[in-house]
Amino acid sequence: MQTRRQTLKQSAAAAALVAGASLPPQHAFAFNKAAFEAKGIHDALKGLGVNGDPVASSDVTLTAPDSAENGAVVPFALSTKLPDVKELVMLVEKNPNALVSVFQVTPEVEPNFATRSKMGETSDVYAVAITKDGKALFAKKEVKVTLGGCGG
Amino acid sequence: MGDPMRIRAQAKDGNVLVRVLMSHEMESGQRKDSSGHKIPAWWIQEVTAKLNDKQVFSCEWGPAVSKNPFLQFTIKGGKAGDKVSVSWKDSKGDTRTDEATVS
Repeated sequence: MQTRRQTLKQSAAAAALVAGASLPPQHAFAFNKAAFEAKGIHDALKGLGVNGDPVASSDVTLTAPDSAENGAVVPFALSTKLPDVKELVMLVEKNPNALVSVFQVTPEVEPNFATRSKMGETSDVYAVAITKDGKALFAKKEVKVTLGGCGG
Repeated sequence: MGDPMRIRAQAKDGNVLVRVLMSHEMESGQRKDSSGHKIPAWWIQEVTAKLNDKQVFSCEWGPAVSKNPFLQFTIKGGKAGDKVSVSWKDSKGDTRTDEATVS
């Protein structure tokens, strides 16, 4: 025979368990503030959990224009042929915060993404593939900017 | 709630090519208004996409992504008639979801 008090206690514990277990998976996907607010390439990659120095790789492709007349809209595309890539990352070295975009490479998508970025001034642009074991492989290209897109 | 996104999803070689145009200021936080005050940053922080209710894509953005962002990615598999939905969430917590049918 259970007393009312015992029953309440048990159901509260059960509820706590359920709440803990059913935390949405999005919880792991909290916005990575540290990485996005980092100043340079190195700190940004560190914020993304990269260990060791990034290595240049011909299996990472960055498509970007040689020069951009308008720094407010610079089209770029990233892709990689490497296996076990977790994230594809785009960085602009001389922007106030280098990190622009982090694409999750899920099994359901091709590791090939495109978007447009603002650039404050002429700078090296990096496409970085981060592997599941935290290695970083990159391709880079200098993009000349005639008119900056970050100032005002 | 921002303005609607324009989503184009095309079946191609067994994959689905998705192109999205979002409508958002993407304020960088670097600009100043006419009286010299900094305009606070306001930007889309994360974008996710689903193919028939299954999440297949996600990315995080900083404020350096251009105003009215363009995004392109390719979903493996999928066919004409499938539903692709794209959602974004900005730094003020505002969200928007739009859906398109693969053609």
